[in-house]
Amino acid sequence: MKNNSVAFIKAGRRQRRRRWILVTGFLTLLSIILCCAMLILGNTIYPIEVVVRTLLGEQAQGVSFAVNTIRLPRMLAGLFTGFAFGLAGNTFQTILRNPLASPDVIGITSGSSAAAVFCIIILHASGAFISIASVIAGLATVIVIYLLSRGKSFSVGRIILIGIGIQAMLNAVVSYLLLVGAQQDIPEAIRWLSGSLNGSQMHELPPLIITVLVFAPIIIVLRKHLSMLELGEQSATSLGVNTNKTRITLIVSSVCMIALATATTGPIAFVAFLSGPIAKRLVGVGFSNVIPAGLVGVNLVLLADLIGQFAFEVRYPVGIITGILGAPYLIYLLIRMNRKGDL
Amino acid sequence: MTSLLDSKKNLLNPHVPRNFKAVLVICFIMLVLCVIASLVFGSRPVRFNELIDGLFHQNVDSYGANVVRKRVSRTIFSLFCGAALGVSGALMQAVTRNPIADPSILGVNTGASLFVVLGIAFLNITTANQYIWLALAGAAITAVFVFGIGSMGRGGATPLKLVLAGAATSAALTSLITAIMISRTYVMDQFRFWQVGSVGSANWSSIATFAPFLIIGIVIAIISAPALNALALGDELASGLGVRTGLLRLIAAVAAVLLCGATTALAGPIGFIGLLSAHTIRLMLGPDLRFVIPLSAISGAIILTVSDVTGRLIGNPGELEVGVVTAFIGAPLLILLVMRLKVSSL
Repeated sequence: MKNNSVAFIKAGRRQRRRRWILVTGFLTLLSIILCCAMLILGNTIYPIEVVVRTLLGEQAQGVSFAVNTIRLPRMLAGLFTGFAFGLAGNTFQTILRNPLASPDVIGITSGSSAAAVFCIIILHASGAFISIASVIAGLATVIVIYLLSRGKSFSVGRIILIGIGIQAMLNAVVSYLLLVGAQQDIPEAIRWLSGSLNGSQMHELPPLIITVLVFAPIIIVLRKHLSMLELGEQSATSLGVNTNKTRITLIVSSVCMIALATATTGPIAFVAFLSGPIAKRLVGVGFSNVIPAGLVGVNLVLLADLIGQFAFEVRYPVGIITGILGAPYLIYLLIRMNRKGDL
Repeated sequence: MTSLLDSKKNLLNPHVPRNFKAVLVICFIMLVLCVIASLVFGSRPVRFNELIDGLFHQNVDSYGANVVRKRVSRTIFSLFCGAALGVSGALMQAVTRNPIADPSILGVNTGASLFVVLGIAFLNITTANQYIWLALAGAAITAVFVFGIGSMGRGGATPLKLVLAGAATSAALTSLITAIMISRTYVMDQFRFWQVGSVGSANWSSIATFAPFLIIGIVIAIISAPALNALALGDELASGLGVRTGLLRLIAAVAAVLLCGATTALAGPIGFIGLLSAHTIRLMLGPDLRFVIPLSAISGAIILTVSDVTGRLIGNPGELEVGVVTAFIGAPLLILLVMRLKVSSL
């Protein structure tokens, strides 16, 4: 009898593991296909072998410029911001145990974009300085939201509402900065408002890539602790998690990634919000959805960018496509949560 | 039983708050001050004699006098808009029985914006008279939609659910607006000036278009105030006191939508005025809507005009749209209100 139930549990676990591997493999494959599509498609469509040869350093009239200078940075920017948004969004949603508590809903992304706009317009700064400022601003936003929502008892609902308030204020600050800014700085700053991969340049990418390569492994290593945190403070502690330390590590890592991604491409709407729930749907319960969430983010950004570039007569920036896709899902999620009485 | 009788007596006999007269006097003094400020300050400050010339001597044709005359229409328009938004906010708070209700927070303004953009892009609509009907339709549909989502499930329309439904709807509609605009530069040009909310484009004809909506909305609000007071006690108690709650909600919501939809059509989405004005007045006078509603109109007018003047001063030599200023002072109030809410009532 006992052996029987152990076997049963083991079988279930195998099944879930198989599903996880299947989902992750599929998402990885899709990401690779989309990455290739980003390099191949454009005004002129180049065959894959030409693209590969160009990437390996072969010089050819026109192709080198199109692939190495325009399409490769665009693809890399999409790849890394998508991963960063997906991973960090999922981390926030899991820690706060509410899909609505994603960094773009509670205003952390706005903090970073306001800082980036401030650096461009008022300080005329660029490069690494913008990255550092947006990380600091993102962390400061988290701290302010935390302090304001502490109250007598903890409530995620309060965090979300205060975050929405903070976001409204930060957006007002951005509007003001755009008004007082010099004309020539405005177009660059506008990017921080809608999110776009247009004009991504190779020399802007290293800070983002380094940050993702440093912090994403931290979150991935801590993914089991993250799953335990989701069970609640007491259960996590009794399972041997140092809850405060883990939580702070996870949040700081997420904010760094969010801030750098925002500083590179602007806040691409709803990617952070959508990735976690979609990954959870695909993976099911029982296995960590950290890596799938990052991959879903990559796929969302690249797919939305391809749709924005080629599906319509006009080229839409990626943030608008993700906005149109994401907003109905947000409403659907709200309706479902209200029905179930989760709010 | 006695408490019920007491509350009924209170509903029937006007029990004037103790400091009502003082608040009224302060409001009027501030109203006069902010009107003067709105006439005097701007990218070109005017001198006292120019102000007098502009207001009272129609035959004087100096530059300063003309500046003042131009600012007169702007000032009146901003007073009207402020009053409309103040009353609209107070009504929404009463109808949803929820302290955090405001046309902008509930996304109603964005709904009005989307319809106007659709009108400009696909129906070739250009005049304010046509905008206003589209904006009203958009505001009404969005209000029903947001309230529908927000009141689903256990506990009815709690602040958290309503605000989230509003924010989500707003986000959805905003991406639609951007998508429509980005491919059509002519729409962008026409639309951009009021996207952030500005009273700077006001002229006498927009005031004339706006006035009927303002008057109808405020009259409905004042008439329904006593019944809304009863509604504050809860639906069952209100029915017991002879209020037809469904009908009352409908009428008050129609008035709220009329007021904020018309404002949005002419001035663009201006946020947080309803929240700011109604709560300031409630802080001073208590919850009785027979006093809160009329005074919200006055305080809304003051707040919007002061914000407009502030926007002109800090944006000098250009100007900062009034919607940006009101968001900057309104959002902290939203945060404060959330902090004071009990967890159970979220």
